[in-house]
Amino acid sequence: MKQFNFHEAKSVKEAVKAASKNSAFLSGGQTLIPSMKLRLSSFSDVINVKNIKDLQGIKVSGKSVKIGAATKHAEVASSKDVKKAIPALAALAGGIGDMQVRNKGTLGGSIANNDPSACYPSACIALNAVIHTSNRKIDAEKFFKGMFETALKKDELVTAVEFTIPEKSAYIKIPNPASRYALVGVFLAKYKKETICAVTGAQPVVFRSKEIEKALNNNFDPNSLNDLNLKSNEMNADIHASAEYRASLVVTAAQKAVINCK
Amino acid sequence: MAKIALKVNGNKIEKEVADNTLLVSFIRENLNLTGTHVGCDTSQCGSCVVHVDGKSVKSCTMLAADANGADITTIEGLEKGGKLHPVQESFKKHHGLQCGYCTPGMVMSSIDLLKTHKNPSDEEIRKGLEGNICRCTGYQNIVASVKGAIGKV
Ligand SMILES: Cc1cc2nc3c(=O)[nH]c(=O)nc-3n(C[C@H](O)[C@H](O)[C@H](O)COP(=O)(O)OP(=O)(O)OC[C@H]3O[C@@H](n4cnc5c(N)ncnc54)[C@H](O)[C@@H]3O)c2cc1C
Ligand code: FES
Ligand code: FES
Repeated sequence: MKQFNFHEAKSVKEAVKAASKNSAFLSGGQTLIPSMKLRLSSFSDVINVKNIKDLQGIKVSGKSVKIGAATKHAEVASSKDVKKAIPALAALAGGIGDMQVRNKGTLGGSIANNDPSACYPSACIALNAVIHTSNRKIDAEKFFKGMFETALKKDELVTAVEFTIPEKSAYIKIPNPASRYALVGVFLAKYKKETICAVTGAQPVVFRSKEIEKALNNNFDPNSLNDLNLKSNEMNADIHASAEYRASLVVTAAQKAVINCK
Repeated sequence: MAKIALKVNGNKIEKEVADNTLLVSFIRENLNLTGTHVGCDTSQCGSCVVHVDGKSVKSCTMLAADANGADITTIEGLEKGGKLHPVQESFKKHHGLQCGYCTPGMVMSSIDLLKTHKNPSDEEIRKGLEGNICRCTGYQNIVASVKGAIGKV
């Protein structure tokens, strides 16, 4: 790992002030440290944000669940409040990586990284999340721009994510058996007016499957997806799964999600 | 350089480390506690697992500077008065190891698993140890070792 200067930020203000073109925020480090170790990235300054008070905690109101950016996956997974308000969100967090990754990795780090096969981006889209940052609020739809690309500026810190509580929801991940990242992940959220189906792992960036949403808005039943063939030309293809297989897995995962919706 | 003060296996330690020092390098090279192993470069094998403030983490994926103020336990810190920890004892009894390279990490993860799951099923044990890779045993006896330690942590 190349040399850098380590900064311990005590407040959002301090973190933002220390940021530059050549710096990185450090939260759980479960993506940043491996990528620096492999020299895929290097920085002059690394700013530790995980101890900032304003980035901690889980708050549930009547309509939403607001989770601080530095909240660890293990905390979300075991939170009684999250389990009660949005069980699928707690289950998603409990299925990320392994126990050690969940003991360090955080919500803010995950969405800022926007890995095409990360789990949380699908929850943000399906649960109409609002991303709170050091200087504004961004709708999830406008946050995830492309592969590893978000609407964040270099000196902008995610402080919290606010998820809208649905009537029912489910997250189904078909994991890559080695890394446990999503080969395909489907987050389904049923609201009074509509059903939202967000898909991760299948394309360069998280997206809503309008075809699945249309079929489920007509009839919220796994069988209404039986004859659905998604186009594979926009799907990811790699050694783990072909584009056609991913297209088929999305439908299968969505059917399982309908069955498991609660 | 970063100045850090922390506790390792009950001992208070104050040292200066380069800002880019990994916690695992600090443990192995500065403290000479070589029971904590390094098996990969990609945060996937778990042979480096230690407890930081009671929770299992991969010490190859944490900066030493970030451990300032923490309470750390490594495999060397488990025995008490010359007696093995019950989980270590169970790994010995059930042959939960062959070459032993993965074992320190397996034991540290198993302890965390048994603290968070009082009576885990085989499936929960396997899921709980997803972050630890063993190239020798085929896992059967590792699962048996964890089962053998249920109720003793
Ligand atoms: C073995 C393994 C398996 C994994 N499996 C999965 C999986 O199944 N599903 C999944 O979704 N993820 C998985 N991950 C990734 C994991 O969830 C990471 O924790 C996550 O991607 C990054 O979060 P972090 O807190 O560790 O961030 P860090 O590594 O600290 O940071 C990641 C990036 O985000 C930036 N950043 C961090 N915090 C903020 C902030 N508050 N505001 C702005 N930018 C910020 C950093 O500068 C960096 O660029 C896995 C990781 C490993 C090592
Ligand atoms: S050395 Fe492999 S996970 Fe730490
Ligand atoms: S005993 Fe050899 S790697 Fe597990």
